[in-house]
Amino acid sequence: MQTLEARNLSVRFNGQSILQDITCHADEGEFMAIVGPNGAGKTTLLRVILGLVKPSSGDLLVYGKPPQDADPKLLGYVPQIKTLDRSFPALAVELVVSGIRHRWPGIIKPEERSRALDALEQVGARALANRALNSLSGGELQRVYLACSIVRRPRLIVMDEPATGIDMVAQKTLYQILEDYRKNNKSTVVMVTHDWGIANHHATSVLVLNRDMIDFGSPKDVLTNENLAKAYGHAGHPMLPIIE
Amino acid sequence: MFDILTYPFMQYALIAGVMVGFLASYYGVFVVQRGLSFLGDGLAHAAFGGVALGILLCVQPLWIGVPFTVIVAIGITWVRNRTRLASDTVIGIFFATSMALGIIFLRLTPGYSPDALGLLFGSILTVNPLLDLWIIAVVTVVSLFTIPLWGRWSYATFDREMGMVDRLPVLRDDYLISVLIAITVVVSVKVVGIVLVAAFLVIPAATGRLMARTFSSMTWYSIAIGVFTAVVGLLVSFRLNLPSGATIVLTQGLVFVIVMLLTQLALGRGTKRREAAPATPKNTP
Repeated sequence: MQTLEARNLSVRFNGQSILQDITCHADEGEFMAIVGPNGAGKTTLLRVILGLVKPSSGDLLVYGKPPQDADPKLLGYVPQIKTLDRSFPALAVELVVSGIRHRWPGIIKPEERSRALDALEQVGARALANRALNSLSGGELQRVYLACSIVRRPRLIVMDEPATGIDMVAQKTLYQILEDYRKNNKSTVVMVTHDWGIANHHATSVLVLNRDMIDFGSPKDVLTNENLAKAYGHAGHPMLPIIE
Repeated sequence: MFDILTYPFMQYALIAGVMVGFLASYYGVFVVQRGLSFLGDGLAHAAFGGVALGILLCVQPLWIGVPFTVIVAIGITWVRNRTRLASDTVIGIFFATSMALGIIFLRLTPGYSPDALGLLFGSILTVNPLLDLWIIAVVTVVSLFTIPLWGRWSYATFDREMGMVDRLPVLRDDYLISVLIAITVVVSVKVVGIVLVAAFLVIPAATGRLMARTFSSMTWYSIAIGVFTAVVGLLVSFRLNLPSGATIVLTQGLVFVIVMLLTQLALGRGTKRREAAPATPKNTP
């Protein structure tokens, strides 16, 4: 079953083209990585998938519907941790429960706590349940955000550069957890990343962007020196040796 | 001390103080966490323009002050959402324009306007039963309507984008919160005055933030501090013959300083305890 399908999708803001003629798809259980340089329109594409931006032309369907009409319960969103307001007083378990309620919890019911602890257990962060969010490291915070996403058992997980600001060990743990969840639940993952190595190792399909669509397909076919040069304007991407 | 509670004017003042303290400190948590502290000041000065227009037109000032301030609140939110200007810039523009309008309206008012000074510095001891009823009605209606929205507003306060992804009416709530803060400000002006009304929105919530680990406890602490300082400030102002609005705000400031010092002390002790604790051996199971 197709989770996500974009056909000739274009987005323009104030007469300026942000995305041009994007065609791609992700089937159930797939992991699609969106890669490209800064300003390539990766986050805009993510915002279209999340229903926050409407396409100027073409269309994008999530489970056969425009994203605005798709059931938000099917969707788990993991934002960049750098967007977290660290002055907001909150415990990790509260953030996870907010994933169930789609509201911030005042009083947490026992069954909600139990579901939240299960989700934290799945990401190896049960011990963090009663820790303040502003006391967590980047890697810990990213796992709590992931628990907040998977607690609603989404069929589509959308992640915006989840590894930004976290160390290599925490990144490896995060991707392993994500892989396990995806395989066990046949969920689809769409992730924006700068890291071609991660796209190469984990993704089942890759979309290379630089406002225009450069290529879409399996990592082996798409992550080539030629596409790298087209996307970045040179062939000096630091992750290239890993791909080769 | 408590014999003063037998005076009817004091009873009316206490009711008004408690009601305003409750409402302002409830909205205060959203004002503080959304970085809108300057909004309270801006709307208070907008209220001055509206109330001055009421004085000029010889009608009950609050009848003009409320809609005038609500329109300014909607204007601030609209311009903030539609332009790339920062919140404080937009608020500053509306703040100064409304204040200038208020000064012109008062200048055009024939004769002396004693209400104007009361507006600037508050006159809680002149609150009458009718105004008390008005304040109680506003606080009750607004509370019943908005307390169920606490979870939704808090979620969008934590992360706007997550709220939008979950299809919450985040933009509509921006307007709603601004309008309700405008109503709170106009209701509070009689108690504390335009000059100091922003303190009611900011200081109890900021003190609550220092004490709280969760947003719900921050909300409860803020309300408790808002109500407590209104009562204590009012009683002290009567006993020492000081201006009531200023005394309430000074009480809030004092509570903030005490809480800040105590939390810093507790943090320092926690750090020392951790440093003094023996390191756990790595092979300990």
